[in-house]
Amino acid sequence: MARKLPPVDVVLVGFGWTGAIMAQELTDAGLEVLAIERGAWRDTPTHFPTTSAPDELRWYWRKEMFQDNARDTLTFRNNRSQTALPMRRWGSFLPGEGVGGAGVHWNGQTWRFLPSDFEAASHNSERYGPLPDGMTVQDYGVTYDELEPHFDRFEKLCGISGKAGNLKGRIQEGGNPFEGWRSADYPNPPMHMTFSQRQFEKAAQDLGLHPFPGPSANMSRAYVNPLGCQLAPCTYCGFCEKYGCGNYSKASAQTTILPVLMKKPNFTLKTHNEVLRVKLDNTGRRATGVIHVDVNGEEYEQPADLVILCAYQISNTRLMMLSGVGEIYNPVTGEGLVGKNYCYQVMSGADVFFDDKFTNEFVGAGALGMCVDEYNGDNFDHSGLGFIGGGYIACWTTNARPIESQPTPSGTPAWGSAWKKAVAANFLKSTSVGAHGSSMAYATNHLDLDPTYKDAYGRPLMRMTYDFTPNDLTMSAYLTERVREIAERMGGREIKVNRRTTPYNSMPYQTTHNTGGTIMGTTPKNSVVNRYLQSWDVSNLFVMGANVFPQNAGYNPTGTVAALAYWSAEAIRSQYLRSPGPLVQA
Amino acid sequence: MTRAGATIAVAAGLMFAAPWTAHGQATSFAQVERGRYAVVTGNCQGCHTVPGEEPFAGGRGLETPFGTIYTPNITFEPETGLGSWSKDDFWQAMHEGIAPNGSKLYPAFPYPHFTKMPRQEVDAIYDYLATLPHVKKAKPENDLPFPLSWRFAVTGWNWMFFERGAFQPDPNKSEQWNRGAYLVEGPGHCSGCHTEKNLAGADKASRHLMGGQLENWAAPGIRGGRNGNLERWSEDDIVEFLKTGRNQHTAAFSTMSEVISFSTQHMLEDDLRAIATYLKDLEGEERATPAKPDEAVMKAGAAIYFDNCSACHVSDGSGVPRFFAPLSGSGKVNNEDPTTVIRVILQGARAVPTEAHPSPLTMPAFDWKLTDAQVAAVVSYIRASWGNSAAPTSASEVRSLRRKLHSAGPS
Repeated sequence: MARKLPPVDVVLVGFGWTGAIMAQELTDAGLEVLAIERGAWRDTPTHFPTTSAPDELRWYWRKEMFQDNARDTLTFRNNRSQTALPMRRWGSFLPGEGVGGAGVHWNGQTWRFLPSDFEAASHNSERYGPLPDGMTVQDYGVTYDELEPHFDRFEKLCGISGKAGNLKGRIQEGGNPFEGWRSADYPNPPMHMTFSQRQFEKAAQDLGLHPFPGPSANMSRAYVNPLGCQLAPCTYCGFCEKYGCGNYSKASAQTTILPVLMKKPNFTLKTHNEVLRVKLDNTGRRATGVIHVDVNGEEYEQPADLVILCAYQISNTRLMMLSGVGEIYNPVTGEGLVGKNYCYQVMSGADVFFDDKFTNEFVGAGALGMCVDEYNGDNFDHSGLGFIGGGYIACWTTNARPIESQPTPSGTPAWGSAWKKAVAANFLKSTSVGAHGSSMAYATNHLDLDPTYKDAYGRPLMRMTYDFTPNDLTMSAYLTERVREIAERMGGREIKVNRRTTPYNSMPYQTTHNTGGTIMGTTPKNSVVNRYLQSWDVSNLFVMGANVFPQNAGYNPTGTVAALAYWSAEAIRSQYLRSPGPLVQA
Repeated sequence: MTRAGATIAVAAGLMFAAPWTAHGQATSFAQVERGRYAVVTGNCQGCHTVPGEEPFAGGRGLETPFGTIYTPNITFEPETGLGSWSKDDFWQAMHEGIAPNGSKLYPAFPYPHFTKMPRQEVDAIYDYLATLPHVKKAKPENDLPFPLSWRFAVTGWNWMFFERGAFQPDPNKSEQWNRGAYLVEGPGHCSGCHTEKNLAGADKASRHLMGGQLENWAAPGIRGGRNGNLERWSEDDIVEFLKTGRNQHTAAFSTMSEVISFSTQHMLEDDLRAIATYLKDLEGEERATPAKPDEAVMKAGAAIYFDNCSACHVSDGSGVPRFFAPLSGSGKVNNEDPTTVIRVILQGARAVPTEAHPSPLTMPAFDWKLTDAQVAAVVSYIRASWGNSAAPTSASEVRSLRRKLHSAGPS
């Protein structure tokens, strides 16, 4: 029997980026906020100081930075004819655990989705005719214009380094001319580029493209954010993605919000407590709080007026299923919505090898790169191409961490002395160009509860059914050709093209950009949450995260995840608190 | 982990719930407010609070060269606090260092400074303390050897080193200077840390505010005139440091963190400026040119610095002002006593989070990573580079500090 605790106004489940944003916003509104995090407290000097942050073996290879998949993981299969098996070791994606969530080990590539990305269904069908059978793409229900101030807020919180391409409708030289309008430039100038980015820039310009610096949550200079928190200049050490930043140079909950939030008397954080489910009243239409369990196995009932799920995409979706909010999606009947529209991203690229030029890729940063956006979203005419969507193409120099980085040209054996020789010859003289391809929702890709495997608390694991779709493979092939065109012009001796082929393999790292499962939309018939990220079924339950994306765009998702959190927080503050109940009438 | 930071109840409403006061007189808001501010200027909370526990309830152990002295509970709880003290009792303690039962207080309680405070100010403190929530918490026994455990021993100390009497302004100086002198020498009791002590633990008058050592930290000199340790600091630099915990030269950590957290960041800017005016008027002593380290030590130190320190402190020691302390020209680095520099490398240091700069930017510990000789080399290198000029240190000096700090070396 769970022990009942004194009620709070708001309980947040999970304490990463969206948890910290919500906590900051709702404590500012005067509410008593409790965040429950299943992982540990983590701060820069204690958990990833400069003296141990760049430990490749510990943090990445031994997975110390990520969710403990001995206690909770997911099962995976490519399609319904297979039996899903548990992922006992993370591969293709790396969910986080502990304070700051995956936002501690992100690269910091901080984008805004395109205006048309938020209206993917109506925009594309209007321009190209009906969407293909089985494609379940839909509109977000919120527009870019509505989100613009919230993107801006997050960029200022983080101190994003970059160059505006569209200031209030006026195209700016040197920025991304395809981006949605922005009310202000980035708060910091672009990162310092290296040789590789300059080569990419020249090659792209030769092709008539418009290269621009990638928007970066690594600091190009010392920065004080609007809350007074300090971020230090990036040292280009190349330990961002998969690592915590020891230099206070990467925006995270720790560096941008927690110094202010943790001092507030109306905020409490409880770590090492896992929320087992959202508790509903007997009508099933109202959340009364959550049930959580501590490290001793003691269960607690935490009553709250407002429950907000702020965990990772997989966990948020699974908590909805385990709590019985809404119906789990059945791809055969098409009924149910929770677990629908699971999407990922389709990455491909090319390596470029130089003879006489040093690229010195160990001088890197998570979001140090030059990009082109000609082939993203609907920035180009898709007529006759056989797909919708796209992605940005970039030359990022994120790192040359020695265990992970062994670039070798085509024809090099996979091991032995010839391999060693090739690694030694190319380690300092190569770079890469990547395509960050979108992922359009299909009826066949989805999430549900595994019938066999259970977590440490006996709850069914999440089951993922996913494979690359014809649309996305065609898109990726098209983008990879564009990558090849640029890579060939970068002045190298040779290039090696790395295409993405089917089936999707859950082991090699690709990207931690899992989306969908509790998608947002315009009616309860097509979505789990409304345009304010509020559950259609349970109006005092809100769900943050990329799980609300109906499909995934050709950009890294954090900027949009955060903008949606700010948008939702504003709706709670300005509308919900005045008159609790559904913010959109079904 | 629950929320950090304690909340101090200073709400006006509490005033009406205050217990009776000694003479039963009305305690106006202005009087309580005056007391509250005086408590801020004296940083009473720092010593009278165990970090993370109830404010002003005492119990904090102060390490002195003679043993550990525990601070008493100064809430007005009747049994374990000051609840039974009269205003006269309180004045006697503050002004003369004598407890109500007539026993002598140890001068770890800075009555030699508080004696400079006028009676009205001390009464206001009493009235403010009376408004605080009562906390029942007995003071632990001091850990002092005989004969120091015998309070009568303080009589001799007082006879030799204690001069009773309120602050007398210097008519030849400005009002601002005098206010600064009062704050520094009176409630602020800056020389408690920043002045070297004699064998009896009293200030060496000839070394006033030229730097001291306590609890294995070297407190730098704070004289700001010619040859003073703060000669390069402007008045604005001093004000900014006391208000925000950082300035273009340095960041506060360790004991000074508390002073800034509880005291100076809450002080009026005029008062901080007065302190700056006074300190800038105090001249220092010329120092002999120190010896240079061996070339081999400089070479090793440079290599260690480049690998371990330069990412934040920058290859030329210029740091990132207000983020990562500059080392070139740093008073702490150039201090004759290298204890603080060695200790910061061994244990790391956290820049004090303040209202102006909430981020607790922290340098990590290197004790597990660097040997005594390596620490000594990098300290010697830093102290002799980029215009810095302070004597080299030795591995044995590092080893001896390590022993005192119970810090193990690299395995």
